[in-house]
Amino acid sequence: MKTTDYNYDIVKSFVHWSILWGVVAILVGVLISFQLVYPSLNLPPYLTYGRLRPLHTNAGIFGWGIGSFMALFFYVVQRLCRRPLWSEGLARFQLYFFNATIIGVAVTLLLGFTTSKEYHEQEWPMAIMVVILWVMFSVNIVMTIIKRREEHMYISLWYMLATLVGVAVLYLVNAAQIPVSLFKSYSAYAGTNDANVQWWFGHNAVAMVLTTPPLAIFYYFLPKTTGAPIYSHRMSIIAFWSLIFMYLWTGAHHLLWTPVPDWVQTLAMVFSLMLIAPSWASVFNGYLSMGGQWQQMRDNYLVKFLILGITFYGLQTLQGPSQAVRSFSAFIHYTEWVPGHVHMGTMGWVSMVLFAGIYFILPKIYGREVYSIPLANLHFWLVLIGQLIYSVSMWIAGIQQASMWHSINPDGSLTYTFVETLAQLYPYWTIRAVSGVIYLAGVLVFIYNLIMTARSPQVSLSAAAQNV
Amino acid sequence: MWEKKPVLLLILATLAIMVGTTITMILPFKWINAEADRISSVKPYNALQLAGRDVYIREGCNNCHSQTVRPLVADVLRYGDYSKSGEFVYDQPHLWGSRRMGPDLARVGGKYPDTWHIQHMKQPTVMTPQSNMPAYAFLTANPIDPAYTERKMKVLGFPYTLAEIKALAGKNELDAMVAYLQKLGSDIPWRQQAKAVVVGDLKNPYLNDQAAIKEGEHLFDQNCESCHSLEMKANAKSDDVGPPLTNMQTFEDKELFTLIHDGTGGGMPSFASLGANKIWKIVTYLKKGHLEHELKELKEGHEK
Repeated sequence: MKTTDYNYDIVKSFVHWSILWGVVAILVGVLISFQLVYPSLNLPPYLTYGRLRPLHTNAGIFGWGIGSFMALFFYVVQRLCRRPLWSEGLARFQLYFFNATIIGVAVTLLLGFTTSKEYHEQEWPMAIMVVILWVMFSVNIVMTIIKRREEHMYISLWYMLATLVGVAVLYLVNAAQIPVSLFKSYSAYAGTNDANVQWWFGHNAVAMVLTTPPLAIFYYFLPKTTGAPIYSHRMSIIAFWSLIFMYLWTGAHHLLWTPVPDWVQTLAMVFSLMLIAPSWASVFNGYLSMGGQWQQMRDNYLVKFLILGITFYGLQTLQGPSQAVRSFSAFIHYTEWVPGHVHMGTMGWVSMVLFAGIYFILPKIYGREVYSIPLANLHFWLVLIGQLIYSVSMWIAGIQQASMWHSINPDGSLTYTFVETLAQLYPYWTIRAVSGVIYLAGVLVFIYNLIMTARSPQVSLSAAAQNV
Repeated sequence: MWEKKPVLLLILATLAIMVGTTITMILPFKWINAEADRISSVKPYNALQLAGRDVYIREGCNNCHSQTVRPLVADVLRYGDYSKSGEFVYDQPHLWGSRRMGPDLARVGGKYPDTWHIQHMKQPTVMTPQSNMPAYAFLTANPIDPAYTERKMKVLGFPYTLAEIKALAGKNELDAMVAYLQKLGSDIPWRQQAKAVVVGDLKNPYLNDQAAIKEGEHLFDQNCESCHSLEMKANAKSDDVGPPLTNMQTFEDKELFTLIHDGTGGGMPSFASLGANKIWKIVTYLKKGHLEHELKELKEGHEK
């Protein structure tokens, strides 16, 4: 196969930048974790928890997440369509525009320009940049697929197309703002409507940014890595359509027990439980695609990342629906349990799959073999341990916090004041901050390994391809 | 078939995501904020409150504080009456939040006096020693821009008077923030309605009970000291939030109990959520040993 046709340069650039934003996201995450324990680390006005926390989520989801998806989509779409990108110039411009947008968002957030909507804090000029960015990206991917040289579209391409249209619809609807000045606007929706639209967006951003793109990547790289085909094509079809159909009903599970109409909450709860089926269809499809070659978990570091990733996806999609049940939500909502859940998805599922994808493609693109497999294993264990400590400590903290909030004396009064419950969290928050440092160490090992790969002696492309 | 036709797949995928979207996101607009949802006593924000709300948004307060009280026993006991849809019709955007690293603020309006909020915003640990909230003293250095605030009122279509806009001159962002916080949740008369009436004759069950005095002291430190500490006054750490409690002997036990239980309305908050037993212990401590304890602490403080 001729590989020279493919535009790999742009893939490489996107990977480099997304990793940089990933490091920013983790560094800010570690800082704000420590701020909760040592409030004097807040440096008003720009570096307070309230302004840094959106920077953490934006750098993580948009910089690291979407940046890497763009890189890996550009790689996978060319391979699956057997042709170069529709427009390399557009992709190159998209890279500059992507970085300009991320920098713009980061600076404006620290300056206090925010819509206040979670994961949609970007004020309207930044939101317009995000929309332009997404249009560029979508056009390039869709045109490449339309002009493909392979008749069938593999599973990964379905998930990519769903991602493109899903994000577009969600972002545009939730971006309806009335501008007051260049960096201040008010939501077009009010009160309970605004909340319902926001969490329809917020939860489906999880679907269309943190579920369908990593699934696209997982479905491509797992067979590539193991050398065994996907177990069931039919199961992936059923899972795909039921996943994208059911997800959009579930936003209001973030709003259980609020003034949002009860029937909307109930639908959200029921559909959340139903989502277990398509989610686990993908998990089983992943496990069964191993074709029994489980020794690869020992021999092949890429399989470790991918299988642990899909396992965390499976756990995530059991824990998530359980949280969407009214009675359990009443207990754990608003507590530290929730970041424990979220970070199993982001640090476990999404990032694990991204690490695997990047380890797979970068040495190929550099025309070299990966510098050190032991270092890749060290990276794996550090991020796994960091993530587990993070999630487990936050789950325990959340259960203790919830128990104290809801504890009532025999005379019908509350057992604990709010501050008494807060004081109990300090040890957990310290543990969580340390877990972030461990995770960061893992990512630094990853970066070192990639740099050394780029600097190691070149091997022929075909030889490198055979070795992964 | 669709596996070979990308445009068809795009159309089908769009249709698939639009079903749930239409039913759970678009359709509810028909009922939410409609006539049946409205509460006549709920008023839009005035100019100062709106300016304060925008400071709340800018500083990302919603990252730690929620603004919805759920209809759950513990929520209602801790924060007050559960939130109604009609209370939020002027909220663009909503600020319900998703975390409670700090307490819910949906019903904070009228709970504390302004001076409490001012001290607390400038340095939270003065009022709540174990707090991890950042200090927002810098807000006092930022003046409110009357013309800009007027433009915001116009964009949102909120009624205002020119006198109200003029009065903004000389106000700073902390004034605005306090005005906003004091409005939160206070448009409906829930405090009057939720006021618990204590039945039976009010008799202190802990008279001269040494264990209760000890426990009362602990409860006092947790719940009362930040406003009523003699030592704090002596060190001038805080403005007059609450008076020093040096004259407790002039009150009857049941008077003190009622005061703590009900609060003073606009000044001291109600501490009914502590429950009768804890309040009686605080009363017992206030009558037996509080003054001696305070004077001793004050003396030790001076010696240091």
